[in-house]
Amino acid sequence: MLASLRFFGFALVVAVAVFAAMHAVGNDYVFYAGYTVLQYVVLAVAWNILGGYVGYVNFGVAAFLALGAYTGVALGNFAPFPLPVMMLAGGLVAGLVGLGAGYLTLRLRGIFFAIATLALAVVLQTLITNWDFVGGSAGVYAIRPKHIPVFGSYIEYMVFLMLLVAAGVVAVSRAIERSSYGLGFTAIRDDEVAAEATGVPTLRLKLIATTLSAAFMGMAGAPLPYYVTFLEPSSAFNLSYAVNSIAMPLIGGTTAWFGPLLGALLLGVAQQVATVTISSEINLLIVGLLLIGFVILAPQGLIGLLGLTGKRRSV
Amino acid sequence: MLSFSLLSNAIVSGLLLGGFYAGVAAGATISFGLLDIANIAHPAFVVFGAYCAFALNQRFHLDPLLAAVFVTPVFYAVGWFAYQLYHHAFERRGDDSMRGLAFFFGLMFVGEVVLILTFGVDYRYSSAEYTSTTFKLGPVAFPLREVIPFVGSLVILVAAQAFLKRTFTGRAILGVSQDPIALRLMGADPVRLKRIAFALSIALAGAAGALLLVLEPIEPAIGRDFIGRVFAIAVLGGMGSLPGTWVAAVMLGVIENLTSIFAGASWAPAVAFGFLLVTLTVRPSGLFGR
Repeated sequence: MLASLRFFGFALVVAVAVFAAMHAVGNDYVFYAGYTVLQYVVLAVAWNILGGYVGYVNFGVAAFLALGAYTGVALGNFAPFPLPVMMLAGGLVAGLVGLGAGYLTLRLRGIFFAIATLALAVVLQTLITNWDFVGGSAGVYAIRPKHIPVFGSYIEYMVFLMLLVAAGVVAVSRAIERSSYGLGFTAIRDDEVAAEATGVPTLRLKLIATTLSAAFMGMAGAPLPYYVTFLEPSSAFNLSYAVNSIAMPLIGGTTAWFGPLLGALLLGVAQQVATVTISSEINLLIVGLLLIGFVILAPQGLIGLLGLTGKRRSV
Repeated sequence: MLSFSLLSNAIVSGLLLGGFYAGVAAGATISFGLLDIANIAHPAFVVFGAYCAFALNQRFHLDPLLAAVFVTPVFYAVGWFAYQLYHHAFERRGDDSMRGLAFFFGLMFVGEVVLILTFGVDYRYSSAEYTSTTFKLGPVAFPLREVIPFVGSLVILVAAQAFLKRTFTGRAILGVSQDPIALRLMGADPVRLKRIAFALSIALAGAAGALLLVLEPIEPAIGRDFIGRVFAIAVLGGMGSLPGTWVAAVMLGVIENLTSIFAGASWAPAVAFGFLLVTLTVRPSGLFGR
């Protein structure tokens, strides 16, 4: 516990250092590109809490991200709440929906949960499309505040908050891995029936993982309206969020907290560089092919290729 | 108020549409229900089949239905190799749950992007003349572009059902779905049987794709609308039962159409997935499950 707190402190220091470095470059583009990469760090690490540790595939990443985003939009219609409040609210709503969806489908085999998350994304998209309060199918404009104290520009402020969330999700993910929860998760992933038979509270653990994972995705989604400034359902629920958030952990490696982090940083930065030079379709094609290639040829991901998976294989 | 003719037209059109959904879902019922392979790329294969038929239609002025005759065996071969790859990379390692799913998800996504790069995102349609013909029976319209996919899907289902129930190989496939180990003890090779069945499921997807081209204009992402339908139907139909698939599909078609009329077309996509969510929570064994 203490060690985990110490790691969280360390992660915060790294976050602040990264922010200082980005600020030193003094170019707005660095912040715009950095925001996207950080968003994927949060999504990938959060996805891995359920997908990598417990082995339950969530195809509805975009649904939870959009839940956070539209919670922000809905709140903003009442009053101009500060962004951190919106992020917490987005995390809360996404977490609750994750808990509910998990409660209904996690008793079934993993494949049904995976299909249900796909279904959840479409149902939510239809609801949002027909809900005019948050813009409906026409979309909604989110005007960034012109000036923000201390940070100056709003994008720097958003990047800073995203760095904090990224530090949080990485620390939580690492803490889980080292706790008895992590052991329970691994037991479920390896053999759920055997885990249940030996007294692992499988449903409760799965619900905890689903809720945590969804909550972090929701938190990452709350600033999205202000990042894109114009949000509409088909972009908020874009399938590429799901593809990237699944590809990054599987490419990085799913068994340790730094796997998805590595995958998200590499793939995220590569995509930011690539979007300048090649079309976004080819960009996504490469991500898809990498995903297929890695699941077939390198099931342990990059950290497996690099021999970093550790010796905890036979716990 | 709602007139009788509007209502009866909606129900008939829903029946026809649902019959076509059964054709799309038939392959998934085999792969998901019988073989336990969650091929979420199945609708993507259907769309790919539709584009193959479209390309044949454009290049050689081949009728979409005639194109199906060429597309189906090619897709059988594609399915054969896809299963081979799937088996060696995932099933044999006992690693088929998470990575296998991610594999099919990647396939679906790559397929979609390839179609966008090749054909663009515009809607494409075939140039068959009969698609604009409509028969009338009293106040009820029977547009041929809906009747042909309905009949074609029925042919697909009946043929697949006959293969599974009447032929030796078909019955062996049903056996594999029940107990692969027992089958191995009888001297049969479960992997070979599953390969045939999976190839068949992809071949059916190709044939359904040609029918899709008859039914409506196609675009690369259209397959996503079918994921919910296909799996809702496969689960609701009782996992692996083709007659069950047909009944579930027709029900879904009618409910979708009625929703469009009563609540507006923008609500229709949620019907299939809502249907699926309710089925999974309330009755995961399907309507006709044990």
